Amino acid sequence: MNFEFLGDNFMSLTVTGLTQGAIYALVALGYTLVYGVLRLINFAHSEVFMIGTFVTTIVWAGLGFGVGASAPGTFGVLGLIALAIVAAGAASGGTALIVERVAYRPLRKRNAPSLIFLISAIGASVALFELVGAITDRQPRGMPSLVQPKVQFTIFGADITNLQIGIILSALAMLAGLDIFINRTRLGRGVRAVAQNPDVAALMGVNKDRVIMLIFVLGGMMAGAASVLYDIKVGLTTYSVGFLIGIKAFTAAVLGGIGNLRGALLGGLLLGVVENYGAGVFGNEWMDVVAFVMLVVVLLFRPTGLLGESLGRARA
Amino acid sequence: MRQSLARAIGGVAMVGLLVGAAACASDDEGGSGSTDAAACGSKIAFFGALTGGNAQLGINIRDGAKLAVDQYNKANADCKVELVEKDSAGDPAQASGLATSIVQDAKVLGVVGPAFSGESKVANPILSKEGVVIITPSATNPALAAQGDKTFHRALGNDASQGPGLALYMKDVMKVQKAFVVDDASEYGKGLADQVKQTLGSVVTSSAVVKEQQTDFGALVTQINSSGADSIFWGGYYREAAPFLKQYRDAGGKAKFVAGDGVKDQAFVDGAGAANAEGAILTCPCVPPEKAGGTFAADYKAATGREAGTYSAEAFDAANILLQGIKAGNSTREKLETFVDGYTGQGVTTSFKFQENGEIDPSAVAIWAYKVQGGKIVADQEAPKS
Repeated sequence: MNFEFLGDNFMSLTVTGLTQGAIYALVALGYTLVYGVLRLINFAHSEVFMIGTFVTTIVWAGLGFGVGASAPGTFGVLGLIALAIVAAGAASGGTALIVERVAYRPLRKRNAPSLIFLISAIGASVALFELVGAITDRQPRGMPSLVQPKVQFTIFGADITNLQIGIILSALAMLAGLDIFINRTRLGRGVRAVAQNPDVAALMGVNKDRVIMLIFVLGGMMAGAASVLYDIKVGLTTYSVGFLIGIKAFTAAVLGGIGNLRGALLGGLLLGVVENYGAGVFGNEWMDVVAFVMLVVVLLFRPTGLLGESLGRARA
Repeated sequence: MRQSLARAIGGVAMVGLLVGAAACASDDEGGSGSTDAAACGSKIAFFGALTGGNAQLGINIRDGAKLAVDQYNKANADCKVELVEKDSAGDPAQASGLATSIVQDAKVLGVVGPAFSGESKVANPILSKEGVVIITPSATNPALAAQGDKTFHRALGNDASQGPGLALYMKDVMKVQKAFVVDDASEYGKGLADQVKQTLGSVVTSSAVVKEQQTDFGALVTQINSSGADSIFWGGYYREAAPFLKQYRDAGGKAKFVAGDGVKDQAFVDGAGAANAEGAILTCPCVPPEKAGGTFAADYKAATGREAGTYSAEAFDAANILLQGIKAGNSTREKLETFVDGYTGQGVTTSFKFQENGEIDPSAVAIWAYKVQGGKIVADQEAPKS
């Protein structure tokens, strides 16, 4: 154990943890939205994220920014990021929609028990995973560094780079946008109504199927955005990339209270930071142990997560 | 009634087969006994991936072996040797079937391959049981020599032999003062890391363990930066090394990066970013084909139209050892095995001499250091041997 190291590098560990946590939080939204409305864990969501990481590299390579290319100017970089977020969002959202259509809707129409959905979700996940694995020959795909990190300022001995600020801010902006969408717009009201009581919502004229499609697309788009940030941060993707991120994001969603948007944000950031502290104190190999011990402890005292399950309640 | 008839027919067929097989066997003996000068018409087999995700290495090896056989046949036009190609797709599940088909062809005396360690584990016992001489130009898992396959030979150093040379390179050539050692807890990664720690001694100030498929290295980067190390040794594979190095350089880390052949792949450079990977040292028990002796590199290019790749030169040497044995008149698997066991000679990669367990003599193991330069992995120099 190395508490001295934690003390000396507290800020630095916090910032790198927040950066990773922001990506967890964005992916966690997909789990939380679907669970909030359907009471269903969409295990294929990790693959929705994985599709986004590949589409990002394909779009960039298609625009001449493949492996070995040097980064364009500031506006070029922003343009590439914006374009990638649109493309990856569309691809991930589309994938989520297809999964809904193929794996869940037929079951829902036949009133299948929830266990069947779980198997169907795992099946969809494996199918996507193996499909991309076969297409890419199971080889990792690299991409050039889009953002050259520059230290912007230093707090308490920690250098904060533009990359870290960018990732955390874009994730926060996207979360805020989604929060406003769900809470303030007409479509968002429909989502909350279906989450609260699908049958009554249907009687009031809400189209349930459209709401369900909407949440899958929204969750997929958030995963797509997360995949762009992930690509910028990590610089390498493979067909199996979704597995670990998916588990962590699901954990984050449960930690914050699954079904609760703000809970996903809190859970994601907390998970990212705590596992980083854990890695600092106990050594890198203990990272996941620390993260899951924290999850168990939190659930012991707050079984519904930190903020509770509340997508359907008056305030999300 | 019908059953017994079927049985009777079956019985007759069996007897016929046995007689036929016996006749064939005696034919074979007569055939090989009459040509004592050189074992004309013998075959050697290539065993490795020609299709699938890892086909490139297999193709490099096949082409190296093919070049050796073609050169041999040109020089001995009246007494040719045939190269049989067995495509395993790198899949251990297919290895036993392919090995059996090699064993059944009595003309096949030796194998260049199997190319990968996984398929070797399955195929070697089958080949060895029937005496087929195995010389692998690429499978580097140390455990292969301990399987008890008496016809197994390895034409290059194994994973374990890489450690000392690698560590000496860090110590004597790079003059590392303060090293940070990372491993991925795999047999390969930890084995290398332990040897580096042992050779470098007090120069290694701290170490850490990463997990397979880990992509977020925030805490590790902070740890290395605060340790003040001037170089990092990575015992592991490029999957984890590439994102690590990117994040480390992104966080302003300046230490030199050193790793073994698990990282020596263009995907590492692409994933980490050429600028981040620049100057990284990657070692490998494989001799750079352009540094191989004689006219090998030029001959290979002329024959295939491509530059020689990783393990092409080792495959060329492995095939040549078998061919020399065949030329010397070793017409059976048993005789060829005795020849290879006692073989000493200079190939294009190194000088060959095999130990009892089939490993190449430690003094002959060539460990090469490669350097990332301008986004490409290029040969730097041979690592010191002691």
